[in-house]
Amino acid sequence: MSDIAERTPVELDRVIIRFAGDSGDGMQLTGDRFTSASALLGNDLATLPEYPAEIRAPAGTVFGVSAFQVHISDHDITTPGDSPNVLVAMNPAALMSELDKLEPGGTVIINTDAFEERNLAKAGYDENPLTDGVTLKGYTVYEVPMTSLTKGACEALGVKPRDAERSKNFFALGLISWMYTRPVQPTIDWINAKFAGKELVRDANIAAFKAGHAFGETAELFDHPYVVKPAEQPPGTYTNISGNVAVAWGLIASSQLSELPLFLGSYPITPASDILHELSKHKNFGVRTLQAEDEIAGIGSALGAAYGGHLAVTTTSGPGMDLKAETIGLAINLELPLIIVDVQRGGPSTGLPTKTEQSDLMLAFYGHHGESPLPIIAAYSPANCFDMTIEAARLALKYRTPVILLTDGYLANGTEPWRIPDVADLPRFPMAFATGPNGSDDEGNPVYLPYLRDPDTLARPLALPGTPELMHRIGGLEKADGSGNVSYSPENHEHMTHLRADKIAGIADDIPHQEIRGDEDAEILVVGWGSTWGAISGAVDRVRAKGRRVAQAHITHLSPFPENLGEVLRRYPKVLVPEMNLGQLSKLLRAEYLVDARSVNKMRGVPFTAGELEQAILAELDR
Amino acid sequence: MTDVAPPTTRKDWSSDQEVRWCPGCGDYSILAAVQLLMPELGVRREDTVFVSGIGCASRFPYYMNTYGMHSIHGRAPAIATGLAMARPDLDIWVIGGDGDMLSIGGNHLIHALRRNINVTILLFNNQIYGLTKGQYSPTSETGKVTKSTPFGSIEAPFNPISLAIGAEATFVARTHDMDRAHMMEMFRRAHAHNGASVVEIYQNCNVFNDGAFEEITAKAHRADMLIPLEHGQPVRFGADGEHGVTAGADGKLRIVEVAEVGEDAILVHDETDPGLAFQLSRLASGPHTPTPIGVFRAVERPEYAEQASAQIAAAQAKAGPGDLQQLLLSGATWTVS
Ligand code: SF4
Repeated sequence: MSDIAERTPVELDRVIIRFAGDSGDGMQLTGDRFTSASALLGNDLATLPEYPAEIRAPAGTVFGVSAFQVHISDHDITTPGDSPNVLVAMNPAALMSELDKLEPGGTVIINTDAFEERNLAKAGYDENPLTDGVTLKGYTVYEVPMTSLTKGACEALGVKPRDAERSKNFFALGLISWMYTRPVQPTIDWINAKFAGKELVRDANIAAFKAGHAFGETAELFDHPYVVKPAEQPPGTYTNISGNVAVAWGLIASSQLSELPLFLGSYPITPASDILHELSKHKNFGVRTLQAEDEIAGIGSALGAAYGGHLAVTTTSGPGMDLKAETIGLAINLELPLIIVDVQRGGPSTGLPTKTEQSDLMLAFYGHHGESPLPIIAAYSPANCFDMTIEAARLALKYRTPVILLTDGYLANGTEPWRIPDVADLPRFPMAFATGPNGSDDEGNPVYLPYLRDPDTLARPLALPGTPELMHRIGGLEKADGSGNVSYSPENHEHMTHLRADKIAGIADDIPHQEIRGDEDAEILVVGWGSTWGAISGAVDRVRAKGRRVAQAHITHLSPFPENLGEVLRRYPKVLVPEMNLGQLSKLLRAEYLVDARSVNKMRGVPFTAGELEQAILAELDR
Repeated sequence: MTDVAPPTTRKDWSSDQEVRWCPGCGDYSILAAVQLLMPELGVRREDTVFVSGIGCASRFPYYMNTYGMHSIHGRAPAIATGLAMARPDLDIWVIGGDGDMLSIGGNHLIHALRRNINVTILLFNNQIYGLTKGQYSPTSETGKVTKSTPFGSIEAPFNPISLAIGAEATFVARTHDMDRAHMMEMFRRAHAHNGASVVEIYQNCNVFNDGAFEEITAKAHRADMLIPLEHGQPVRFGADGEHGVTAGADGKLRIVEVAEVGEDAILVHDETDPGLAFQLSRLASGPHTPTPIGVFRAVERPEYAEQASAQIAAAQAKAGPGDLQQLLLSGATWTVS
């Protein structure tokens, strides 16, 4: 029996917790609330939500398991962690599918009520793992009858037992909140706000949450709680943000920075739909959103709005990108500004709709017919989605071109603390449209030449419909430079093909040089793009801690590449490119720079762990 | 706009581009009708936009001295929807053929109509693919022999008017390229309509489908083969109005001789009656029997862009214009000092 003194919290520098249960068990919500409480406490953190593609996958089965991993720390971290230290398993299926992810000797907290015959059979257990003496050997196991304790806690409220059962995730949350000394009030406030108007549900959730917390406090099961102290972070105001919300807010910010109203044309698609949802909420910012009849109309309507002078965006994932290809080509030919956000997921075809992948890079580069280059940029973390969205808007408007912004399912749904910028510090790029003629015809009359370019940027002027005297026609046919009149002349087509390519290539002058992290005299350069940043950074740090010299280059601007990238790549004896695809960036680097960029691949729908990449870097160093 | 547009002439509305349709193509007369109509509408060229897809008809914007976009195959209604939402101040016309709007772009057409976005859609129906040199289209008659159907088409054609009505269109009309005055009247009414309006224009492709509508549109046949629809008027045709349309006891529409059934038995056209509009659209199954032309349906329904703007205005009235800094601070926050 432990007394109070023994139960003083023990300090941890970090912990990785994985909440897992049936899709109907509310694990995403539980993980999300735990994350929020940790964020408010000032921990650094990273999250990895994982859920099945089916809305209601067969209950109790391994396919139906929904998990949420959160890594909280008192220092700077970049990934949701390699192996969880703690697994919360709400049912046998969760134990079956998640246990092998747990670190050796890790902690398992089990809802024993769910371990009855039917559930065991559905999960594929012949014998009860709680009693077989094998499955859980070596782990620290806490068996808690969460369902019945939750029902008990709700009894006095007059909630039907079946309904009370639904609150068991709040019991789990309460228990884990006690274990890791999370503040209670923010969660109670949140429940109050979220379930206002549904009093019984609200009360049941609060009762379950408090019961879970009290259980930790009073049951003799646990030796002591833990604390993970706040991380040292630069001063500022922080919020916990997901990539999809960061994109949506970045778009609203871009609208204000460019002084253009925002238009989103989009068709619902996982995992991008939340951007549409978020923007649809903020009509008071003058945001126009259209849920289009299909992906093609999503981008088509956006192109129409761009032509009308709005900051225009379409958001999608891989299958939608396929459908938008023709309109992207039109936008390239018309030279109109347009932002295309591709939240990548596993492909081909419907593939793995809820799982992450980086396999649309070649599609972004080459997925439209003809010579049709365009800027491509990629966000590297959930919060970075905000900055990269603004960058996409800046490039699109300045160079009158569609820009593809690549994120992925991991960035979209994952969260991290974000130091909220002061709006006054954001870059402003007010858009200026043509107001009068810019040339003259053969007789010397003033005329408007829609393709008369700025000599520096090669961008064309944009005259908005409604502007007197500047009426003109644009179209997808090849056009004469300057006048924009249809031209099939061979010389002109070649000239225009080069011009369009030169315009995009010239953007290299307008983007940051490739930065290098790590050792100047490194034996190896690890090159990445997009969401692998966290895992690569973690791996590079670990290998360096082992005394090897490693450098890291994470590319945000993929088309065009930074001006100094070739020089950077050639500086190091070895170049390793980890990617969640079969080597798309490494192919591009090889083709562009003739370097022996070797690739490390993972196609499992989940991000690399730092541990996996640590091994890959060491193996490459020893090769 | 309170100020009146300065007077213009047809010339003001014609661009400097050489018109490149085949000589004798019906598109010329449609272009002329539009260019002649524009000065009458009292609108400004700079506020007018023609958006088209791909096909012979879709060259249209190049010939108008307005703003214009020649886009990609089938997508004009989608592009125009975004433009109309962004810029409700503009006067937007959508131009396309039967392949463009009923085949590759069918989805965009029906949804533009359903949403009731304020665009005027001119559907040039020549029942053939012209630009790709003569394949059957979704309006070609069953049995049509073309390059891609050497043994005859085995497909049933769309009836564009029925389709539009089924898509909840609020303004649906039909005209033909042989009657400039009628075209102008239909275009005028379509333009005046607040919401999506669609005008099907029977258009002769004299190269790949010559005479497709001749049985009904040739001067000599018109009186007996075209049934003019006029709101509130009995549906009668023939040189002396001797033919008419009645609704039988079974509810079916029939073509009758007025003398036989009596004037009182003749159906009175009501543009607001969707059932009637649909029945009238089924009266002829192709341009070979007496065919109604005119406005089938014209009803008021809230326009899409206006409603979108109203939601924005309401949100701003309630929450004030958006404050970006407040938005960024709107989640749970904590401060590190
Ligand atoms: S092919 Fe037919 S529709 Fe096309 S321009 Fe020639 S005549 Fe007109």
